[in-house]
Amino acid sequence: MKKLLAILLAVCLMAGLVACGETATTETTETTETTEAVAGAFKIGGTAPLTGPAAIYGTAVKNAAELAVEEINAEGGIQFELRMEDDQHDAEKAVNAYNTLKDWGMQISLGSVTSKPCEATSTETYADRIFALTPSASSTATIEGKDNQFQMCFTDPNQGSASAQYIADKALATKVAVIWKSDDVYSKGIYDTFMATAPGLGIEVVSDTTFVDGNDTDFSVQLADAQANGAELVFLPMYYTPASLILNQANAMGYAPVWFGVDGMDGILTLEGFDTALAEGVILLTPFNADSEDARTAAFVAKYQEKYGEIPNQFAADAYDCVYAYKQALEAVGATADMTAEELCDLMIAQFTTMTYDGITGESMTWDASGAVTKDPKGMVIENGAYVGLD
Amino acid sequence: MNIFDSLISGISLGSIYAIIALGYTMVYGIAKMLNFAHGDVIMVGAYICFYTFTGGLMSFLPAVPPYAAILIAVVVCTLLGMLIERLAYKPLRTAPSLAVLITAIGVSYFLQNAALLLWTSNPKVFPSFFNFGGNTNIELGGLRISYVTIVTIIVSAVIMVALTLFTSYSKTGKAMRACSEDKGAAQLMGINVNTTISITFAIGSGLAAIAGVLLCSAYPTLVPTTGSMPGIKAFTAAVFGGIGSIPGAMLGGLLLGVIEIFSKAYISTQLSDAIVFAVLIVVLLVKPTGLLGKPIREKV
Repeated sequence: MKKLLAILLAVCLMAGLVACGETATTETTETTETTEAVAGAFKIGGTAPLTGPAAIYGTAVKNAAELAVEEINAEGGIQFELRMEDDQHDAEKAVNAYNTLKDWGMQISLGSVTSKPCEATSTETYADRIFALTPSASSTATIEGKDNQFQMCFTDPNQGSASAQYIADKALATKVAVIWKSDDVYSKGIYDTFMATAPGLGIEVVSDTTFVDGNDTDFSVQLADAQANGAELVFLPMYYTPASLILNQANAMGYAPVWFGVDGMDGILTLEGFDTALAEGVILLTPFNADSEDARTAAFVAKYQEKYGEIPNQFAADAYDCVYAYKQALEAVGATADMTAEELCDLMIAQFTTMTYDGITGESMTWDASGAVTKDPKGMVIENGAYVGLD
Repeated sequence: MNIFDSLISGISLGSIYAIIALGYTMVYGIAKMLNFAHGDVIMVGAYICFYTFTGGLMSFLPAVPPYAAILIAVVVCTLLGMLIERLAYKPLRTAPSLAVLITAIGVSYFLQNAALLLWTSNPKVFPSFFNFGGNTNIELGGLRISYVTIVTIIVSAVIMVALTLFTSYSKTGKAMRACSEDKGAAQLMGINVNTTISITFAIGSGLAAIAGVLLCSAYPTLVPTTGSMPGIKAFTAAVFGGIGSIPGAMLGGLLLGVIEIFSKAYISTQLSDAIVFAVLIVVLLVKPTGLLGKPIREKV
């Protein structure tokens, strides 16, 4: 009798749990095969956090890459077949996802979307001689010492110095606080160059505080320190999840400095349940401005919005540029889809280091031999729950 | 940051640790096992509350007001606690305690991954239940205290007193203490040991739901691993205060929070966790049973 009760209880509970998951499961069962198989197409693959804390980036990259591939395939010239695998922003899962892509026959890669997974997969693509152009993994370790790894986004050091430069140029503040995540390469990379550049530009860093994984919920001390030292601007080189808590707690404290984020801040507006009023006035430095009057950007934004129902962020734009940069490079060298990954790799290295590419995230981008890109950042501010260009 | 602000931040953080530690210590005190899944029951409680409040739990259910959402979370977690106990711990009642400990870690991973599947790992921002008149804070003599902190302190104090009274005076409570002292003897005296331990888990898990709601109200990001780190910190707090002792859990939680914030504010934000655990080591070296723990005399 008791056993029966226990089983009944178990069944009820599982039913309950399954029922609450109903809404969520539809999201996770997305197909990984994103575009249809095309004969004579280049197999292009990448790993992205399609679920997990950084899912906003992964989904944006996947959507935009898909859009670009569809456009290019419709033109009839070079054909692409795209496949994105979920890595949940985890290095180990990214390597597994990469192996799946390799088995599938990937010829050129979009690397991984976020830095930590990309550092892992870039080691693999380097060893396997598969050319990779990551849309958004910005740490230096991603490309360092790997001749076939290229980036579409700025490197972290670049973001740090560009942020300091921007703050000084626009005279946003002279007293600045920095809160950064000390166990994260992305955050530390930006922090290091920011700190190296800021003093030379007349910016005084009055408060310098950190947090780590597992201790990333309470920011009262860091914020109080910034406030007590009279920081007019708080620089947040981090992803949007901790940033949302910081904005929340600062609001509760009644502290309202200028908030300055980097590309990791992009996505805060689409966080489920987040009160976007808290992000009002947040400035972030990104290479892409969805409000731009540039015809290509406007067309991309309109198409993306029509297809996915939201305004594309910088990650989407970077991914879109990646696919088009590939198209330009492949056309320039006259590559054909029956070439091996290794042949393509050598051709791409030669091509990317010499070509100039005009995209929606910047005009006349060039790459140096290390794989880092040169382009100008744009300042954006959040107004009425939307990103607005500052320049 | 002046010393009073630090103290208040420390108490807010500590009160969260305290309320989680109460559940830990309660189960340890009676069943003599470390329920490492406690932190994850907290996470489940927070999710249930989030989904019942926002109306996303089951499509035919309407969104409910906060108090009902909390109540539903408590009921679900109580049942979940009983279920876990029945399926995972009860068959191991006579097994060595190490086996139970490993099982508890297994249950913890199971719950985290089940949550990952059901609710995905996209972070949810927990609604703020404790704002009165659009304000989440109260100003007291120039100091700003959030309502969540006040509620958490009151709730943990009430729970502490209630649990102490319950275990001291009620019949079930007395049975619990008897079981904790000597299971065999308790059984000989006509106490149903299995039922008593099940009730302990039910209460502990119900408390976990309340802790989950308060944790997520204070730090409103909800992911499947939300409960794990606070769970470990709260376990530390319980050991700090003397595991098994109900007032000890409260004291340990508050002290741990205050030490953490003070070391962040006055020593280094990078080293705060290291300092917290160093303090724990020192306390355990000086007083191995924790601050309020009773030394156990082994009878031969």
